[in-house]
Amino acid sequence: MSKANKNDNSRRNFLQKLGIAGASAVAGSALLLQGCNNSNKASGNKVKVLTADNKLVEVDVAHLQPGDKIKDLEYLQDRGREGIPGKKFVMVVDLAKCKNARKCMKACQSAHQLKPEMHHINVLEMDDPVRHTSYYMPKPCQHCDNPPCVSVCPVDATFKRQDGIVLIDNERCIGCRFCVAACPYSARSFNWTEPKDAEEFAEVTYDMELNVPQKKGTVTKCAFSADRLRVGKLPYCVSACPNGVYYFGDANEDLVTNGTTKKTVRLSALLDENAAYTLMPELGTKPSVYYLPPRQSKG
Amino acid sequence: MNDTITKENLNDDQIDQDLLKNVNWGNKFKLWLAFLSVSLIICLYFYYQQLQHGLGVTGLHDYVSWGIYISNFVFFVATSLIGMLISSVLGLMNVHWVKPLARIAELVAVAFAIVAGLIIITDMGRPDRLLNVFMHGRVQSPIVWDIAVIVTYVAISVLLLYIPLLPDIALCRDKLKNVPKWQQKMYKILALGWSGKTRQFKIMNNYTRILLILIIPIALSIHTVTSWLFAMTLRSGWDSPIFGPYFVSGAFVAGCAAVIITMFFFQRNFKLQKYITTDHFDRMGKLLVLVALVYVYFNINEIIVPGYKANTADAKHVDEMLYGHESLMFWLVQLGGLVIPFLLILFKPMRKPLPLTLISIVVLAGAWFKRVLIVVPTQLSPYYPIQNVPEKWNHYSPTVPEIAITLASFILVLIIMTVLAKLFPVISIWEVKEEMNHNKELA
Repeated sequence: MSKANKNDNSRRNFLQKLGIAGASAVAGSALLLQGCNNSNKASGNKVKVLTADNKLVEVDVAHLQPGDKIKDLEYLQDRGREGIPGKKFVMVVDLAKCKNARKCMKACQSAHQLKPEMHHINVLEMDDPVRHTSYYMPKPCQHCDNPPCVSVCPVDATFKRQDGIVLIDNERCIGCRFCVAACPYSARSFNWTEPKDAEEFAEVTYDMELNVPQKKGTVTKCAFSADRLRVGKLPYCVSACPNGVYYFGDANEDLVTNGTTKKTVRLSALLDENAAYTLMPELGTKPSVYYLPPRQSKG
Repeated sequence: MNDTITKENLNDDQIDQDLLKNVNWGNKFKLWLAFLSVSLIICLYFYYQQLQHGLGVTGLHDYVSWGIYISNFVFFVATSLIGMLISSVLGLMNVHWVKPLARIAELVAVAFAIVAGLIIITDMGRPDRLLNVFMHGRVQSPIVWDIAVIVTYVAISVLLLYIPLLPDIALCRDKLKNVPKWQQKMYKILALGWSGKTRQFKIMNNYTRILLILIIPIALSIHTVTSWLFAMTLRSGWDSPIFGPYFVSGAFVAGCAAVIITMFFFQRNFKLQKYITTDHFDRMGKLLVLVALVYVYFNINEIIVPGYKANTADAKHVDEMLYGHESLMFWLVQLGGLVIPFLLILFKPMRKPLPLTLISIVVLAGAWFKRVLIVVPTQLSPYYPIQNVPEKWNHYSPTVPEIAITLASFILVLIIMTVLAKLFPVISIWEVKEEMNHNKELA
């Protein structure tokens, strides 16, 4: 993974630092303002920022540096739709290692402001038809390359990005739930009532890569932790797993990293050697999540 | 030649008097309207609650995310299709006996189609974002097709109700002198200066004919597209290539039943026995048998084909229907709401107005529950097990607000139909006269 993002790393680090500065105190914007490039054309959209000496000033959005833009909805929306160029994110789930620890579910639910019954990732107990036992199967959104949910969405609220991630824009979603009905993997969830801790999140700017704040009357789903990928980190669920179930990475680079051991392996070899499969390939959805069978593996 | 119109020789004045009689706002009607309005307001209070607290006030959840709102929507679209069958298909084929029923069928079509559009809004999580559909609409979504065809269907149905009504509106304008001022004014405007000239009749007939032809593909599309909301998904139970014709044939069953019930109420309340005759009921009964048979045929296909092959998911779905959770509702709907009624209607005494109306009420109720059976069970058997969610997510039962909001749609249909029936003659006066004079000439 680290290799995968090498090119972007310097920019990422920069962004991160700015993000921290911006979040800790908007006061930092005074500094940024000094460096702002006045040759940028004014967009007409003004935002209010606080200077170091506690003055509230109005600045044109176009004159802001990335650190401030992190709080600008329009910027986040554009960034969220565009995705990360050159990437094709994939996940590999090693079922042999899953012991139903459910740390992935917890990490996911707390990151995405989800109620206990709402799942972006759900660990299911599945019947093994051959050995007549059961095994545990984490089921996130499959981020299909031919996503049925995206086809049926009437307003382009859910969409497929260039990096393979299927996201949802809850600023646009009309709550028709056609995508929920169309998804054969039951991967989607709906905010039937006011979301968890809605008041706490009331002032937070919506970031579709995190899909927070959640909104009543809109659909939510796994985002492959697009917000974490942007800063070069592994998804919440992947990092939280204590059992080494998850590998995550970039298919273009043919490399995936295990979230527990942090070991990076060749994707094609991992899939070949372990007889990997996808869920219901006969449906033609072309998932980006691969499963390694639930056999007793040594790894 | 035409035994569905009374054998008595009626002169024009008599016809005017009989058919204009219902155009008044009597106390009985005012009471009825007040009752409907109060009920509607009570039901709308529940919608207000839903707006406040979200769709959480319904029995819906992540697994059954489409419930009775959607099945009710399908039912309403289905019922509205009858306007096309009666006034257009039979009308163009010159089937004379349906002529006095055409306006009633159009009334049913307009009322149900308009309200269908509103029902969809009650199912939306964010009705405040309705305009997004127009601002960000995407052509590949069946919802966008559905909205396009339903709006077109409502528009053409309203025109099909209105244009052949012109001579009768002019009649109201000329004859009804003791109605309120606003009503006289309304007739004057709506009559568009109709004076009964041959040229006007010719234009009207031309327009009507164009609309009658146009509405056939559009009516077929609205229900086919509605079926595609399900058939275009990969969910077992919905993923079926016969859904289009299956829905259309089912629509005619529901629509025929609705028209028979409406005919009965107009006949009794407006004392129209000379115009809506026992013979009309007899023929509508036969039409109902025909469409029910076609529908039974599709139902058999829908169950037997996947049941025989029994691939894992389909077998589960068919099992649920035939013997499982849904079996009680399934058999009640199939036998009680479809097979037994059409077997009964095969006997002539059952095609008399009262028994036929009672049977139609059962058929219509069956048709409503049939839509629930189409929408809900598929969602209860997803490909992957329902786990780590509240136990009640393994079932679906609608809540009080949900039922009240659904009832509101029916109340709204009744309001639209009765108000229209009290403002305009429910039977085309000029066509009855034409028919009568034609018969006289023959005699």
